Amino acid sequence: MKLTLKIWRQKGADKKGQLESYNVEASEHMSFLEMMDVLNEELISKKEEPVAFEHDCREGICGTCNLVIDGRPHGPQQGTTTCQLHMRHFKDGDTITVEPWRAKAFPVIKDLVVDRSSFDRIIQAGGYVSVNTGQAPDGNAIPIEKDEALSAFDAAACIGCGACVAACPNGSAMLFTSAKVAHLGKLPQGQVEHAARSKSMVDQMDAEGFGNCSNTGACEVECPKEISINNIAMLNRSYLSSIFGSNK
Amino acid sequence: MSLTGLFLISFLFVHLIGNLQLLANDGGESFNTYAYFMTQNPLIKTISYGLYFFIVLHAIQGLMIAAKNRSAKGYKYSKKTKENASWSSKNMAMLGILILAFICIHMGDFWFKMKFGSLPMKTYAGFENEVTDLYGRVMVAFQEWYIVLIYLIGLLALYFHLAHGFQSAFHTLGLNHKKYTPIIKGLGTVFSLVVSVGFAIIPIYIYINSL
Repeated sequence: MKLTLKIWRQKGADKKGQLESYNVEASEHMSFLEMMDVLNEELISKKEEPVAFEHDCREGICGTCNLVIDGRPHGPQQGTTTCQLHMRHFKDGDTITVEPWRAKAFPVIKDLVVDRSSFDRIIQAGGYVSVNTGQAPDGNAIPIEKDEALSAFDAAACIGCGACVAACPNGSAMLFTSAKVAHLGKLPQGQVEHAARSKSMVDQMDAEGFGNCSNTGACEVECPKEISINNIAMLNRSYLSSIFGSNK
Repeated sequence: MSLTGLFLISFLFVHLIGNLQLLANDGGESFNTYAYFMTQNPLIKTISYGLYFFIVLHAIQGLMIAAKNRSAKGYKYSKKTKENASWSSKNMAMLGILILAFICIHMGDFWFKMKFGSLPMKTYAGFENEVTDLYGRVMVAFQEWYIVLIYLIGLLALYFHLAHGFQSAFHTLGLNHKKYTPIIKGLGTVFSLVVSVGFAIIPIYIYINSL
């Protein structure tokens, strides 16, 4: 299949970028990233600068690949990362626009690569649990209700790719932050810091320059792990109780 | 944002019920005496000042958040998508500005004229006080097609604003539940339809009657 790609090219963080057109011949069995590899091989053989983009596991579990394809983070297919999006979802002769994640807290480093270290700092602000040192505890020493365990696990499925921020018209990181707060806060092991965690992670999120949540729900639609915005309501609840509650 | 929004939502409901008296076929007696009560009762007076304050607060908060969110997004995508969020949820600030402009026109036309203008007074048998004939002013205003049009545009903006705002306010307060959230969403849709259509009936009915 013959495709026209319009790709965001930007030489560096402080350089101006623009969309540039490329023609590429791909097979429908390729993943989107393999198609990008073919393009880069061609660019290298023509002694041109290859397109910089991030990728790692290519199994849909690491959260490294991050492309906005035709205005949608990770492309048009629901519940998948860019590496799991295959070219059979496109038609011969299509023009595909490829852009980096857009948010002030995710500055472009080069071409399609953005700096997502702001997520790391949100995690550092509260994404941990305190455990006593000593011997490993018994596996089933703390009973956890099945429903609670499942909803904590659903939140824990977040791979921190940042598609929620990329999809949000406000550049808000509420889905990411709420998934982390829910993942730890729904389990007994996470109760010690629960209220303080919500506040410190939200404060860090604001300090990084992410926007405010206006409940558009775009994050939930684009999330490759289909994290629910119900987690955001839970974060709002625990944030309120961290301010007004007695258990600070 | 959500608390002021919910307050304004409750106001809309009361305002609608009161104003439907405009449709009563009694030469304005019920509406004018109701308007008199609303302007004289000290409790209602206090609430109305609270209302003005909350409208302004809701608008200022909204504009500040919208400005911050715009800058937090920074660069926009060159290819837009409509598929991941409703139109109204992405245009709350624009809709809010439209509604604010409408409120200014609306208050200038009725509230300002009632308070500071020289609307004729009327007396009704069975009501001891002389009351301002706001009913007459409404009847005159809605004979003009362009005023009716302004109202319909304002109410359309209100519909879209409420369609997202109603359920969004609950979500922001953390009120989310497997069983109740779908009910809140359904209530929001019904409420925004009832309020905007209910208000729209008044100018349309008066305009058609005046033809």
